Amino acid sequence: MIGYLIRRLLYSIPILVGVCFLTFVLFYMTASPGEIARRNLSAKNPTAQQIKDWEHQHGYDKPKWKQFLDTTEGLFLLRLGRSDSVKGERVMTRIKESWFPSFEIAVLSFGAAITINLSLALVVAYFRGTYLDIYGTSLCVFMMSVTYLVYIIGGQFVFGRLLKLTPVAGFLPGWESLRFAFLPVVVAVISGMGASVRQFRTFMLDEMNQDYVRTARAKGVSEPQVLFKHVLKNAAIPVLTTSVQAIPGLFLGSILLESFFNIPGLGNYLVDAINSQDFAVVRAMVFIGALVTIVGYILTDISYALVDKRVRLE
Amino acid sequence: MIPFKSLLTFSNLVPLLAIIIVLGGIKRSGRQPLWAEAYRRLGRNRAAIFSLAVIGIYCCIAVLDSITWKSNTLAQPESVITHLFHAMHVKSERTYSAPFAKMTTGEPHPHPLKGWHVLGTDGSGNDVLLQTLRGCRTSIIIGGFTSLLITPVAVLLGMLAGYFGHRVDDIIQYLYTTLGSVPGILLNIAFLLVLGPGLVNLCFALGITSWVDLCRLVRGETLKHRDREYVRAARALGVRDLRILVNHILPNILPVVIITVTLNFSSLVLSETILSYLGIGVPAGTGSWGNMIDAARLELARDPIIWWNLTAASTALFILVLALNVFSDALRDAVDPRLRSS
Repeated sequence: MIGYLIRRLLYSIPILVGVCFLTFVLFYMTASPGEIARRNLSAKNPTAQQIKDWEHQHGYDKPKWKQFLDTTEGLFLLRLGRSDSVKGERVMTRIKESWFPSFEIAVLSFGAAITINLSLALVVAYFRGTYLDIYGTSLCVFMMSVTYLVYIIGGQFVFGRLLKLTPVAGFLPGWESLRFAFLPVVVAVISGMGASVRQFRTFMLDEMNQDYVRTARAKGVSEPQVLFKHVLKNAAIPVLTTSVQAIPGLFLGSILLESFFNIPGLGNYLVDAINSQDFAVVRAMVFIGALVTIVGYILTDISYALVDKRVRLE
Repeated sequence: MIPFKSLLTFSNLVPLLAIIIVLGGIKRSGRQPLWAEAYRRLGRNRAAIFSLAVIGIYCCIAVLDSITWKSNTLAQPESVITHLFHAMHVKSERTYSAPFAKMTTGEPHPHPLKGWHVLGTDGSGNDVLLQTLRGCRTSIIIGGFTSLLITPVAVLLGMLAGYFGHRVDDIIQYLYTTLGSVPGILLNIAFLLVLGPGLVNLCFALGITSWVDLCRLVRGETLKHRDREYVRAARALGVRDLRILVNHILPNILPVVIITVTLNFSSLVLSETILSYLGIGVPAGTGSWGNMIDAARLELARDPIIWWNLTAASTALFILVLALNVFSDALRDAVDPRLRSS
């Protein structure tokens, strides 16, 4: 297993270089350094000299391949550098400031979603074949068919404007943040509910058709016992792996949710950086995002091997 | 009178061509026992037939909206639907008006309306029903064209990677793992910034992110079939690799591909609204449910709440996506009963 991990980590190096290259190419296709300089210089009409100075200061005057090598090397050593914007703050400082809102919302919605979805799936699987099951699965398909936007706009309208229970958008630090996190978490849970419950139900029903379940029933084990003791344990494997896959998303925060609810988290930071064409920030954040995603995949494999003894990592 | 010559333009013939290809494909595949059996099972499923009819209606509207011609009453070449609304004297108003209202809303001194609007009018006075109908074309194109773009690429690369293994597999896996490691929405944004706004560019940007899953799936399926006896027998008989791939493996993985593509269709349609919300969706002027829902953000905060714009667009979207979901589930059950969801 250690050998497998080392090989996976080594394999992730070319992938990360590829990600850096992709970001680099895409960014040079959208904007030239001159344009970025003009946008970020404080002077209204910068002279050619000012633009040159700015490019020199941010390292955009070197040959392209040198720029690529320098920045990629910096990212691999986790020297994230400074933002290209006027203030020129360190990317690391911003990450330290804004990781918490992303983390809070992500952890809350992840925990709430997995608890609720798993319980609902258990209920639906327990009552399989009855009207509850049929209506439940139909409701899941209905919920899958509503766009994310309607959940967000509807949630803001109902909770924020009509009932005035929660703020419509924004964020405050400390305990106050829970009030602001409530609505995004509800939207995240509800928008993912339909697909997840249906998927978890399929996992459970797959297990219910196995021979060991028939044996357990034949031995006279009661139906709830079969469901909660035998089936749940075995269905936990696919449930776990699909859930671990969601962990990378926890770090960058749901990019969409943060920009919709104006939460000053990492996802919002990234979207702002794209819109203001702040290459230094985009580069760093995409790198971190890719790093976390790859680590997430490796974690998925490990958790798979830990839960299911039949799986061997080679 | 419709001037016949202006009907024969490129943009008018493309949708018709697409329909002929799809219908031809269905008719031809019906001769094969697997598909004939699948169609029979599908035909017995009432929900599937109903949702197929709904999708058909949306497609019809999309096609009607794609056929344009010039006339002396309208300056630009306009579609059948716009001509129809024009003929029914549905005129543009000054600003918002509620469904069936006689006066405009949101003005200090309401003006009487020139016409009659079943679903009201939006901020610039356009009929909401017309806007909603025009959104069909955008959605169908985004789902259909993107699927058409990614399917050949993903199937080809996935089959090559799965069949040849070694170096080819490494390169293709590297390609899609790298793309898959970047958050999808960022890639979409970046590609749209590079390509510039536009309906076709939007399809390309969505295609970049959505071929990865299909390619991974096809690779896995090909890997499974590569060592089956029938493939080994073919190889022993001296059949060349290309022939094995096209004649033997492709027909066997095609059901899985078609199921995945139809399941993916609805998520493509849904992602259009999200990109529109981020301001990088379809350009203004093209009918789009995403833009209509996006506008509702501000409209719900106005004093007389403007709800009809949001309701019309999201209902139209909901019905289409629901029909697509129900149909693709039924198709999956019909083609491969082992994959049954229930």
